[in-house]
Amino acid sequence: MSVLVIAEHDGKQLKPGTTNTVTAAAKIGGDITVLVAGHQCAEAAQAAAKVAGVKKVLLADAPQYAGAVAENMAALVLTIAGQYGHILAPATGFGKNFMPRVAALLDVQQISDISAVVSADTFVRPVYAGNAMATVQSADKVKVITVRATGFDVAAEGGSAAVENLAAAPDTGLSKFNGQELSKSDRPELTAARIIVSGGRGMQSRENFKILEALADKLGAAVGASRAAVDSGFVPNDYQVGQTGKIVAPELYIAVGISGAIQHLAGMKDSKVIIAINKDPEAPIFAVANYWLVEDLFKAVPELTQAL
Amino acid sequence: MKVLVTVKRVIDPYVKVRVKSDGTGVETANVKMAMNPFCEIAVEQAVRMKEAGIVTEIVAVSVGVPQCQETLRTAMAMGADRGILVETTAEVQPLGVAKLVKAIIDKEQPKLVIMGKQAIDDDSNQCGQMVSALLGWPQSAFTSAIAVNGDSADVTREIDGGLEKLTIKLPAVVTTDLRLNEPRYVTLPNIMKAKKKPLEVIKPEALGVDVAPRLKTLKVEEPPKRSAGVKVADVAELVAKLKNEARVI
Ligand SMILES: Cc1cc2nc3c(=O)[nH]c(=O)nc-3n(C[C@H](O)[C@H](O)[C@H](O)COP(=O)(O)OP(=O)(O)OC[C@H]3O[C@@H](n4cnc5c(N)ncnc54)[C@H](O)[C@@H]3O)c2cc1C
Ligand SMILES: Nc1ncnc2c1ncn2[C@@H]1O[C@H](COP(=O)(O)O)[C@@H](O)[C@H]1O
Repeated sequence: MSVLVIAEHDGKQLKPGTTNTVTAAAKIGGDITVLVAGHQCAEAAQAAAKVAGVKKVLLADAPQYAGAVAENMAALVLTIAGQYGHILAPATGFGKNFMPRVAALLDVQQISDISAVVSADTFVRPVYAGNAMATVQSADKVKVITVRATGFDVAAEGGSAAVENLAAAPDTGLSKFNGQELSKSDRPELTAARIIVSGGRGMQSRENFKILEALADKLGAAVGASRAAVDSGFVPNDYQVGQTGKIVAPELYIAVGISGAIQHLAGMKDSKVIIAINKDPEAPIFAVANYWLVEDLFKAVPELTQAL
Repeated sequence: MKVLVTVKRVIDPYVKVRVKSDGTGVETANVKMAMNPFCEIAVEQAVRMKEAGIVTEIVAVSVGVPQCQETLRTAMAMGADRGILVETTAEVQPLGVAKLVKAIIDKEQPKLVIMGKQAIDDDSNQCGQMVSALLGWPQSAFTSAIAVNGDSADVTREIDGGLEKLTIKLPAVVTTDLRLNEPRYVTLPNIMKAKKKPLEVIKPEALGVDVAPRLKTLKVEEPPKRSAGVKVADVAELVAKLKNEARVI
C-alpha cells in the first residue's frame, strides 16, 4: 500500500503544512510518494526529497501548474491515482481547492480536515467549528484526505528520496490563471509561527494595529486577526484566524480586543498557551485562556511590549 | 442567464452545539436552524446579478428533510424565483449532494452555479468543487468577486497568502467566501411574496442518483477541554507567568 502526498510549495520551498501531511501519511503506513506539481519548481522537489520518511518524489513541471489551478491539478493527480491507497494534501486553501475534484472524479467521499489517524481507514475530524470531534470510517477504495496541520508534527529532515519526472497531463483549458496578489510581510507566516499576536475589533483602526505589530516584532511573532478586524479593513483578509480563516496552534497565542466567538475559537483553541487581553471581564475568550488580563488594550499592549 | 444556487439548512451559527451523550452526533432537537451563512451569500450574489440585469432567473436548490422548504422560502424571500427540494430524511454526504445537484443542473441548464464554500455543520468544504468536477466545468472556489463578461467570468479568489485572479469559462461553478457580499435581511412583504413562488419537491430516486453514505460515523465526542486558566492583575504578573510558569518566552 502506498500513500501519495501532494506538496504545497512556492517553487523553491515547501509551504507550512506539507511536512505535517507527510507525518499523517507515515501514521497511515506504507511507502510515501510526494508529488510536486508547479512551474519551475525543481528546487521544491529537492526540498521534498529531504523530508524524512519520503521514498520518492514526483516532479511535474509545466506552465499549466502555475498557481496550482484546480482543474489541472486534479487532472494530473488522476493520471497516477490508481497506484495509491491514500491521497493526502494539506487542508489549506491549496488542498481544499482541488482535492474534492480528485475525490469526485474517483467517485469517493473525501475525508476533510483530519486531525488524527486512528487506522488506515478511520480518522478523526472536527465538525461544527471544532465543537465536536467525529471519528469516521471510509468504505471507499481510495482514501482522499485533507490534513489539518495542527494535528500532526512537522516531519524532520534527513530523507534522500529519488526525484522522478512525471509527465504533465494535457491542459484542461477550463480556466486561465491571471496571477496572485500576495501580501508581503517580513514576519513569520501565520501557520508556521511559534508565537501569534492577534487583534480584533477592539483595535478600532488600521493605524492602531501598529501597537500590535510592535509587540509582534519584539516577540518574533506573526500577526493575526479576527474576522471583525478583517471586515473593518484593519488588516488584509489572509490574517483571519478561525473556522473560515486559518487554523493555527502556536506555542503562544495572544488575543487582543477579541471577544472569542466560537468561529474565532475554532481557529486557535488548540494553541499551547493562550493569553487574552480584553476590557470586558465577561469576554468568552477568557474561557479558553491560560492567562487573562482585564484591561484597556491601549494601556496593556504598549506596557507588555516595554516589559519584554 | 439562468443561475442556480444551493442552500443548506444548518444549525444556526450562533447556537452553541452540544454533543449527544450517546456519542452518535450533536443535539438537533429544539435547536434553532438557519440557512448556512455561505449559502446566504450565494443567494445574495445571484440576486444582485439579477438586479444588475445580468441574470434573468434564479433557481434555489436544497437537499434534505421536508423543513428545508423553509430554507428555500427564505432564499425566495431574498429574491430567488423558484425552489427545488430534493427531499430525503437520510444522511446525504457531500459526494451524494454533489451528484444530486449535478442531476438538477443537467435538467435546468444554468449558466452559472453559486454555492457556499463550506457548510458550517460538517465543515467539509467539498460540494462546489465536486459538482464542478462531475460536470467537467471550471470552478472558482472561495470567491470574493465575480464579473461576468459574456461567455466567461473574471473572478477573485481568497487564497492563504492573499488574492488570486482567474478567468473562467461559463458555465462554471463558483463557491462563496465571506467577503463576496453582505446578505440582505428579508422583509415581511418579501416573505409573503415568497409563499406564492413555485417550490418543487423531488426524491433522490427520481433523479437516479445513489446517495448511500461512504463514510460511517463511529462516534462523535466533545473536543478536549482546556484546563481552567487564571486571571492576572497586571502586565507585570502576566510577564512573570509567561517566563516562569508557561516558559513560552
Ligand atoms: C459563518 C461564519 C464564519 C465566521 N468565521 C470567522 C472566522 O474564521 N474568524 C473569526 O474571527 N470570526 C469569524 N466569524 C465572526 C465571529 O462570529 C465574530 O463576529 C468575530 O470573531 C468577532 O470579532 P471580534 O472578537 O474582533 O469582535 P467583537 O466580538 O466585536 O469583540 C471585540 C472585543 O474587543 C473588546 N475591546 C474593545 N475595546 C477594547 C479595548 N480598548 N481594550 C480591550 N478590549 C477591548 C471588547 O470587549 C470585545 O470583547 C464568522 C461568523 C460566521 C457567521
Ligand atoms: N444538503 C444540502 N443542500 C443544499 N446545498 C448543500 C447541501 N450540502 C451542501 N450544500 C452546498 O454545498 C456547499 C458546501 O458544503 P460542504 O461541502 O458540505 O461544506 C454549501 O455551502 C451548500 O451551498
